Amino acid sequence: MSAHGDSKDGYDFAHPIPVPMLLSVFFALVLLTIITVAQASFDIGSLDIVVVMVIATIKAALVMAFFMHMAYDKPFNVIVFLSSFAFVALFLIFTMSDSKQTSPDFEPVIEETASMEVAATPAAADEAETSEPTAE
Amino acid sequence: MSTIEAAAENAHDAHGHDHDHPSFLAHHFDTPEQQFDSGKLGIWLFLVTEILFFSGMFCAYAIFRMLRPDVFEGCSQFLNTKLGAINTGVLLFSSLTMAWAVRCSQVKQDRGLVGMLAATLSCAMIFLGVKAIEYSHKWEMGLLPAGLYFYDPANPHPESHTNYLFMICLPFMILLGGVVAWLVVSFATKNKFHQQCAMPLTVAAACFFVGIGLGMVLESGDSERATDDHPTHVTESIEQSETMQLISTGENQVLESLATDSNTGIKSELTARQTQLETAGSAIIQEGDEIAGAIISVEENVMTQRKAGVFFSIYYCMTGVHAIHILVGIGFLVWLLVRAVRKDFNPQYFGPVDYVGLYWHLVDLIWIYLFPLLYLIR
Repeated sequence: MSAHGDSKDGYDFAHPIPVPMLLSVFFALVLLTIITVAQASFDIGSLDIVVVMVIATIKAALVMAFFMHMAYDKPFNVIVFLSSFAFVALFLIFTMSDSKQTSPDFEPVIEETASMEVAATPAAADEAETSEPTAE
Repeated sequence: MSTIEAAAENAHDAHGHDHDHPSFLAHHFDTPEQQFDSGKLGIWLFLVTEILFFSGMFCAYAIFRMLRPDVFEGCSQFLNTKLGAINTGVLLFSSLTMAWAVRCSQVKQDRGLVGMLAATLSCAMIFLGVKAIEYSHKWEMGLLPAGLYFYDPANPHPESHTNYLFMICLPFMILLGGVVAWLVVSFATKNKFHQQCAMPLTVAAACFFVGIGLGMVLESGDSERATDDHPTHVTESIEQSETMQLISTGENQVLESLATDSNTGIKSELTARQTQLETAGSAIIQEGDEIAGAIISVEENVMTQRKAGVFFSIYYCMTGVHAIHILVGIGFLVWLLVRAVRKDFNPQYFGPVDYVGLYWHLVDLIWIYLFPLLYLIR
C-alpha cells in the first residue's frame, strides 16, 4: 500500500487527446466514407467487397486507435478487445465453409408450385426435395 | 475542486479510513487510477461480448450473401444510399463529439462537456429520425421481413391504412412534449439545475424531427429516380401473370420438372414453358436435360417473396438491433448529461464518460461495417 509514495501517483492518469487530432481523425473518416460511396458507382466486379471491407477496416482502425484511445490504452485491454475479432473470424470461417458444403440455397424446399395444387402431394414434394441439389 | 486537492493530500492514508477519501472513489479502490482501470477493463470485456453478439448477425449475412449474391444485389437497390451516407456522417460526427466530450471531462471543461454530450445526443436523435423515414417508407411498400413481405412491383405504393411514420413518431412526440413541459416547469419554478438539464434535452428531442425532415427531403428527391430504377420488376410481374395462366392449363410433366428446381423463379418457369413449346409443341415431353438446362441457364427473379424477404429479415435485424443500441446509448448519454450539469466529473473521475464513449464508438464501429455491406452492394 505504500507503493504510491508520490501524491501524484494514481491520481494523474488522464490522457486528453488534443482537439486538432480529433478533428483530423473525423475528417479522415468523412473522406473515407465519401470514397466508399463513390467507389460503389464504379463497377469493379468481385473486387467490390474486398475494397469496401478494406476501407471499412481502415475507418474502424481510426475510430479504435484515436476515438477509443486504444493507441494510448494498456496493452492488455487492446489484446482483450482485438482477440474478440480473432474469434469472430473463426466463427465466420467455420460456419461459412460448413454451409457452403451443405446448403445450396437458403430457401425452404416447399415451393410456390406446392400451393398450385400440383406438387402438393407428399410424393411430389419428396421428389422435389431429393432432386433439388441437381437442379441447382 | 477542493475534494481533489484534499484527495491528493490524503493520498498516503486515503485507505484504511472509512470516509477519508474523495466522494467519487469507492471504498475498495486505493486510487482513482485503479478505479478507472478496473472500470475500463470491465467495459472492454463488455464490448467483446457486443462484438461476438453482432458477429452472429454478420455471420447470417455472410452465409446468405455467399449463397445468393444476386438476391442481395437486387434488394440492396431498395435501400437509399443517400440516407445511409447521411446517417454515416451523422454517426461519425456524434463519435467526434463524444470523443471530445471525454476530452472535456479530462480537462475539467464542464460547460464544454455538457455541450458535447448534447451534440452527441442530438446526432443520435437525427440518426433515429432518418432511420424512421427509411423504415416507414419500406413498410408502406411492403418491403418487410420474410413472412410479412408483400412488395408488388406492379403496385409499389399500395393504399395503406396505417401511417407507419406517425406510429414511429408518436413516442418521440410524447418525449418532446414531456421535455418541453419539464423545461417550462423548471423556468416557472426558477430551478437552475433543472433548466440546465432540460434545455439541452429539449434540443436533442427536437432533433429527432430534424432527422425526419432531412430524411423526407432526401427520400422525396430520390423517389423519382427509384421508379426509373426498377422497370424490370414491372415486366417481371407481367411475365408472372402470363406464367400463371400457362400453368393453370396444367401440364403435369413440366410442372414436375419445375418442382425439381428449388427456386422456381418466375422467369425460369416462363422460359421452360417456351422451350417446351418450341421443342415439343403441345405434346407431353419427358422430363429431360433440355428443360433442366433451360431452368439453370436463365437469370432468376430475385424479388420473389421468400428471397427478398430473407434479405429484408437480415436488414431489419441488423439495423434494428443497431438502432436499439442507439436508444440504449441515448439513455446513458442523458444520464451523463445530468451528471455533467451536476459537475460530477473531474480529471480523476471521468470514467463514466469514457466508458459510455467507448460503447458509443462501438455502435459507430458497427455502423461503419453495416453501411457498405447493406447499402452499397452493386
